[in-house]
Amino acid sequence: MLPLCDCPRDRENAGLFSRAIAAYGTKEFVLKAIATPYNRRLHSFALFTACVTLLLIVAGALVTSNDAGLSVPDWPTTFGSIYKMPHMVGGVKFEHGHRMVAEFVGLLTIALAIWTWRAERRRWLRILAVAALGTVIVQGVLGGLTVRFYLPPSISSAHAAFAQTFFCIAVCIAMFTGQRWIEETPQVEIDTRRPSLFTLTLLSIFVLYVQLILGAMFRHKGMSWWPHVVHAAVVAIVLTWTSIRALSVYSRIEAVKKPAILLLSLLITQLCLGFAAFLTRVAWGKEALQPELPMVISTVAHVAVGALLLATTVVLSIQVWRHVPVAFEERAPGRERTPQAA
Amino acid sequence: MNRIRFALLGLLSLSVLLLLAGCNKKENTESTQPTNAPASAPAATPIDQATVGSVSGTVKFDGAAPKAQKIDMSQDPACKGTNEAENVVADKGDLANVFVYVKDGLGSRTFDVPKDAVVLDQSGCKYHPHVLGVMAGQTVQIKNDDPTTHNIHPTPKDNREWNESQPPQSAPIEKNFAREEIMLPVKCNQHPWMKMYINVVKSPFYAVTGPDGKYEIKGLPPGDYTIAFVHEKLGEQDQKVTVGPKEAKTVDQSFKAGGM
Repeated sequence: MLPLCDCPRDRENAGLFSRAIAAYGTKEFVLKAIATPYNRRLHSFALFTACVTLLLIVAGALVTSNDAGLSVPDWPTTFGSIYKMPHMVGGVKFEHGHRMVAEFVGLLTIALAIWTWRAERRRWLRILAVAALGTVIVQGVLGGLTVRFYLPPSISSAHAAFAQTFFCIAVCIAMFTGQRWIEETPQVEIDTRRPSLFTLTLLSIFVLYVQLILGAMFRHKGMSWWPHVVHAAVVAIVLTWTSIRALSVYSRIEAVKKPAILLLSLLITQLCLGFAAFLTRVAWGKEALQPELPMVISTVAHVAVGALLLATTVVLSIQVWRHVPVAFEERAPGRERTPQAA
Repeated sequence: MNRIRFALLGLLSLSVLLLLAGCNKKENTESTQPTNAPASAPAATPIDQATVGSVSGTVKFDGAAPKAQKIDMSQDPACKGTNEAENVVADKGDLANVFVYVKDGLGSRTFDVPKDAVVLDQSGCKYHPHVLGVMAGQTVQIKNDDPTTHNIHPTPKDNREWNESQPPQSAPIEKNFAREEIMLPVKCNQHPWMKMYINVVKSPFYAVTGPDGKYEIKGLPPGDYTIAFVHEKLGEQDQKVTVGPKEAKTVDQSFKAGGM
């Protein structure tokens, strides 16, 4: 039933898994996802939406790095028109280009929500697709408000944070509609360590979000650079701890191993990009008369890899939740402590 | 039930968009009309023209002047020619673009706001002049002589922020600033190298140093004054001066390179 090796830890896990099944009632409940048919076209569409969303994040980062956020002064129109293409020069090509990609992502999300709602059997996934649509609407309004109020740091930072939240949702929908998620038999190992790997992944998401907000506040001139740089050390420690734990203890589970390796690789890349962005923007670019190419490249790449890092951490967290359930000790007064599966 | 939810969500989104569009229209209408000086503004304090004096001088840059940085204008093919930064313009030690004004000593005197507009021109994807002085409430007429669209975006601390685009050959934009503010930055987000500063003061006693570093403030009533010299990069320096009846006072000032 479970692809486990004949080792003491797996025998123990198999026992815990049996107890988990007993706790949930039926085996079918635990492995319910298998009953959902794989829809290749829906999955490809969700994957495409996630990829275009990453492109949108890059387009948005280009707007900020080129200081072009207000080159089109009006919203939702562009120079008074909804359909006319402006002359795509200077800052306009970044700002209007960002709006065009955003509109495309909006249309993709509407289609994805409708398609998922109609084709998908899993109710929670249908709700997630509608939530994605809600997120993209809020994101669009935030983008408009930031133009209307001349880029206030709080709204611009919320726009940046929501962008990555939407990207994570898009990636999750792509994962949940994927063949592996639907058809694989989850390879389960019970986590008895403290803090649990699942807790570590949640902590990783939290510190990444804090870092995202600090970075966005700095980029949008609402805060100094140092909180973002100092917090980068915290992020590095937590993410390294998480990925090393995942790789050292659960490397046999492919669904955990792959995102953990990717997480570590992206973390190293992101730290290097962060250093480059610091040099080109803070150290060397302080007196720059205009946005310079090395600063634009390093900061945009830093934003894009940051989005990938957050999405990878979310994926790892979900895979850990699925494959490495947390064992806990039930503490009931006057009763013997018995390990239970959560 | 779900259809009703979708319809409500759609209506809500549409309402938000319409509301924002409505706000935009109102704001544009307001911002294109220059505000006149308040009707309740007190009458100007009379000045005896027979006794007025003047303050003039030269502003110098101490030390080796930094070489003007080149600007890359290739983002927009309409921005032809060369462009150099104007943040520190010091030729042979004479410092240009220093805003000189009477910071203190005028007491409760009030002054008429000139009816003539001050012109800010955009040509060669550059602002002319780079540093501008204007009285609070006085009209600033902004022209675009370039074959490309600019947007004019002041980022004040004490005045209202606005951002408007100006296509080529369009009518001048007329604006004014209600409150006193020194070195109010103005930029173009379409051409990020385009930056200039507007100085809004309450009195007509101000000047901007030319390429030769010289300035002159005329028509100053006799009295003790604080003259402020403000540079966008080098900061502010003040000097006390006493101007007697019909006296032409010379007040020179120098900025050190270390102030950058």
